[in-house]
Amino acid sequence: MRTGIFMVALLASMLLTPAALAAADTDSDSAKLLKSTSDHTKFKALQQEFNSGPEVTKACLSCHTEAAKQLHRTEHWKWEYKTPQGQLLGKKTLINNFCISPSSNEAACNICHIGYGWKDDTFDFKSEVNVDCLVCHDTSGNYRKPAGLAGNVVTKAMEFPPGSGNIIKPINLTKIAQAVGKTSRDTCGACHFYGGGGDGVKHGDMDSSLAAPDKALDVHMDALGLNFACATCHMTQGHQVPGSRYAPTGRDKGEAHLRGKDYKTNPTTCQACHGQAPHKTNAKLNDHTDKVACQTCHIPKFARGGVPTKMSWDWSTAGKMGPDGKPLTIKDAKGHPTYMAIKGDFVLGDDVIPEYRWFNGTVTYTLRSDKVDDSHQPVQMNRYAGSASDGKSLIWPVKIMHGKQPYDPVNKTLVVPHTAGIDDTAYWTNFNWEKAIAKGMATIGEPYSGKFDFIATESTWPITHMVAPAKDALGCHACHAAGGRLEKVPGIYIPGRASDHARWLDTAGWALAALSLLGMLIHGLGRVLLSRRKN
Amino acid sequence: MARIYIFKRFERFWHWAQAALIIFMLLTGFEIHGSYRLLGWEKAVNLHTTAAWTLIGLWLFAIFWHFTTGEWRQYIPTSKNIIAVLNYYSVGIFAGTPHPFRVTQLSKHNPLQRLAYLLVKLLINPLIWVSGLAYLYYNEIAASKIAIIAGLQLGTIALVHTAAAFMMLIFLIGHLYLSTTGHTPLAHIKAMITGWEDVEADKPVAALVK
Repeated sequence: MRTGIFMVALLASMLLTPAALAAADTDSDSAKLLKSTSDHTKFKALQQEFNSGPEVTKACLSCHTEAAKQLHRTEHWKWEYKTPQGQLLGKKTLINNFCISPSSNEAACNICHIGYGWKDDTFDFKSEVNVDCLVCHDTSGNYRKPAGLAGNVVTKAMEFPPGSGNIIKPINLTKIAQAVGKTSRDTCGACHFYGGGGDGVKHGDMDSSLAAPDKALDVHMDALGLNFACATCHMTQGHQVPGSRYAPTGRDKGEAHLRGKDYKTNPTTCQACHGQAPHKTNAKLNDHTDKVACQTCHIPKFARGGVPTKMSWDWSTAGKMGPDGKPLTIKDAKGHPTYMAIKGDFVLGDDVIPEYRWFNGTVTYTLRSDKVDDSHQPVQMNRYAGSASDGKSLIWPVKIMHGKQPYDPVNKTLVVPHTAGIDDTAYWTNFNWEKAIAKGMATIGEPYSGKFDFIATESTWPITHMVAPAKDALGCHACHAAGGRLEKVPGIYIPGRASDHARWLDTAGWALAALSLLGMLIHGLGRVLLSRRKN
Repeated sequence: MARIYIFKRFERFWHWAQAALIIFMLLTGFEIHGSYRLLGWEKAVNLHTTAAWTLIGLWLFAIFWHFTTGEWRQYIPTSKNIIAVLNYYSVGIFAGTPHPFRVTQLSKHNPLQRLAYLLVKLLINPLIWVSGLAYLYYNEIAASKIAIIAGLQLGTIALVHTAAAFMMLIFLIGHLYLSTTGHTPLAHIKAMITGWEDVEADKPVAALVK
């Protein structure tokens, strides 16, 4: 009997398996088909051997004729952005308190430019073939832009730096070009996760843990759930990516965006999907949305994915050699460097509680040409504008980055050192600040007195990624308490925050209550004693 | 001793429900204020709000009851005998002299009580209710186009609400203590539970006895 059942089952499985496989095949085929009307492996233009990036771009442009012109208008290409207030920002000229500046270090830093060959200020921003399509549209995961080659790719094995014995493996551009598709967390992350020179270094709310996060780390990007790509929120139009931190929206007063309706506002805000009253079960929470950014409660901590972020970077201690005479590196228990001879001392942070600021979307930066006041340190690298009363601000979570970096104490300006390079003036090669700063300043054409010192700096970064699921959002007591998270946020009355109390009222109230109680007790005692005496 | 029925069923229910709600709201309210941690802030807010709406409901019934029964007249202040009553609580009570006031159904509160309860009803309660509702609906007020109230700061509203809460607390302390000053410490409390108050029979109150 048992054998009989087994035989039937075996027979059934033999009959059914091919059918099931065929069905699965059709499913994946149709899924693929429904994703795109084009199969790039079938395009003649891509069926050739490519020896360089620009050759691929040329092939792309043979169909996507206007793509490069669109890209030329983006911040991703220009690395320039002029604020409504008239400040010229962008990586091209900005200075920060991480790696300081890509200027004079283009061959290394500009591998994160969406182009090929930006090695110095001779780069041709009008060139269409120098636009790098693959860095954003690769789906193979095999695309590489090695540091030191100014964003160019390697198609034949090469030794770099020359004489180092370090061989860079070539990549197969044909295969990569035939597999192009939409941007992904991986392609955006290839640069944005690694800002500041390493995984998670700069932002605190963006690191490689967001490549395939779980729900607890990011409720939207949850790889097994909603699986948002970056572009799901950063909805591009004509390759223009909205939601830049250079042009943030401090407070979005708009409704949730409806499809078909033409919105001029930033589509990346929480409100652009969730509107102004997103809390369904506890309506009182909606009373917060005119004062508190969604991020403040819904991103309880940053650097939550296991990748630490740099909270402080002290360049002044750089240059120490180890007992072996080689550049010193000190690592913490988890293997993350806390000291590197080429960079100095770091303080790393995991699961960091943000600081909180009123923010209306306007940020003013300290530029390379600006005078800094070294008698008032730390110098603010950027300032977040906003207040309780301007009607445009919300209370935002921010990361405060503490730095100590070289400056010119005579000219009172921050300086750009030439750090990365294989020449004799690069700091990472010769550990000589004089030469490195002189080279850097000569490259950018700013005056340099020849003297340098180190100055404490602070920069402010918005926290807006790593949105936790609702159940992990901050509870009321996180802020509605003495010494809560918003303890230092001015201009607003927060129930439960002791520093908001009128001290005279609390003192008088409790004192009068205590005196009444005391009076009553004395009165009562008198009654008891006198009635006893009578009896 | 004789007994007269002075607190009717609704009145007793109203009194004790209100007492419980006010004590509970003082507890949760001062937690929300940040004076201590007891239930947790969120729970305190939710329960305080629920209790507030319950008390508002109770009050609507109580106001209706007071006006339909004419009981509101019990709170009309009078200066008659007020000195005598003050004198009793400050001196006479220790000497064992009898209370100068005689409770009747038509006049169940002594002049001091009338004044105190009127103060609660016309000053403390309105302050608490108005500031409390403003607290709850602060967002709507701030968003309103009515200039006078739109400029109202939450801090000001909270200040008034807290001040009124302190007044209520002080009233409660006095009220609780004075409830023990009957001919026995529990006499008044018993009356508030059963409705029946003991009165001295040697006075002509027989006509009022049920």
